[in-house]
Amino acid sequence: MDFYDKDLVSIRDLTKDQIEYILDLSKKMVPYARGEKVKRALDGKILGNLFFEPSTRTKLSFESAAYRLGCDVIDVSEMSMTSIAKGETLADTIRMVDAYCDVIVLRHPFEGAARLAADVSENPVINAGDGAGSHPTQMLLDLFTMKEAKGSLEGLNVTMVGDLKYGRTVHTLAQALANFGVKLTLVAPESLQMPHDIVDRLKRNGCVPKKTSVLEDVIGDADVLYVTRIQKERFPDPAEYQKVAGTYRIDNAMLRNAKDDMMVMHPLPRVNEIATEVDSTPHAKYFQQAFNGVPVRMAILCAILGGDI
Amino acid sequence: MKDIADIKIPPIRNGTVIDHIENGQALNVLKILGVNENNIDSSISIGMHVPTNKDGKKWKDIVKLEDMELDETTVSKIALIAPEATISIIRDYYIAEKFAVKLGEKVVGLVRCSNPNCITNKGEPVLPQFFVENRNPPRLRCVYCDRTLLNISDNLI
Repeated sequence: MDFYDKDLVSIRDLTKDQIEYILDLSKKMVPYARGEKVKRALDGKILGNLFFEPSTRTKLSFESAAYRLGCDVIDVSEMSMTSIAKGETLADTIRMVDAYCDVIVLRHPFEGAARLAADVSENPVINAGDGAGSHPTQMLLDLFTMKEAKGSLEGLNVTMVGDLKYGRTVHTLAQALANFGVKLTLVAPESLQMPHDIVDRLKRNGCVPKKTSVLEDVIGDADVLYVTRIQKERFPDPAEYQKVAGTYRIDNAMLRNAKDDMMVMHPLPRVNEIATEVDSTPHAKYFQQAFNGVPVRMAILCAILGGDI
Repeated sequence: MKDIADIKIPPIRNGTVIDHIENGQALNVLKILGVNENNIDSSISIGMHVPTNKDGKKWKDIVKLEDMELDETTVSKIALIAPEATISIIRDYYIAEKFAVKLGEKVVGLVRCSNPNCITNKGEPVLPQFFVENRNPPRLRCVYCDRTLLNISDNLI
């Protein structure tokens, strides 16, 4: 599978076969991600980790993935610390960083930033989230988490709940799941439902999602419940945020009608969408999901930089 | 037999006829041409809501431009809002050349992204680019932010 020197910007850069290749490689990475085995497959390489928007898991798991493979990391975490604060364009910043490293990981508040970076960079660019746009590495680790828990993605009933309008994670994940013949259920207030253009794309790929605003009506059918935070920072109008904040809360009472092996996922951070009492139930898979960021990102870095495991 | 539009709208000696414009889009075609009362010395005739029977349609718009010929960029822009339009170059009252507008695989630098948070709207040195997902009706998807473009005519550059 030829990933060497390729950009990973959007779900559109990946075929179903490529997704499956990364998921298989991720599985091989698990003992290395846990530190049970050691191989410096990317010794001598440098990762430029550019985070122009807050992140904990994505940034740290890319760093961890790089270090586990012997790859060095240079990073920027705040726009105010860069020449962008002096008026430098992102394109110029990327050209400069490109000269200092072998691969660029970019998180940016504007949609399309990673594609622009890929256009101007000689080295490959990995999108670590661009505004409300794509987050392909999160999508891959979400698929990996589902596949590891369920054995296969084919035919799963995946229910997404929360902010489906602004949440980049669910936009990317829904499109990826459409490749695997899943039954998709979208639970959100009308004002936060999945954008029409994404739903249209799902339909063109043969996935007709079921939409509802009442989680209780559909939770019993779900194999996977994918919960997202209603993100205050994505709302142009604070009054609109207040109207929908706290609409859905997953607690043990809500899970009473769920299948025994139904898994609850969340890209984290959670605020109060999932009660802490759920953490100790077999349903909770969100911390496993967060760990999976490391082996999946190791697989992506290895595939793109040509590391051998 | 003469098209009824040709009878109602006077023929031109030299220039361009843009025919089979989507009903209601003639004024947007003029916007693309960038013509106004101060920057043109020849006549423009506009027919709006003109009867037609092409491809099962009932109505069309038509624009005739005296002593003007269109460049490639302008024709591409017209294809964005009037994908079935035909362009006839008229010389001495005869049609010297006639062709249909056609969108290519990509649209570059003709229209801006309708997503205000798209990187192409943020002062970066980049031309807006779109994949043509459908030609008629035109459906464009931003190469950068991946969104489907809303209101093409409102976002023409």
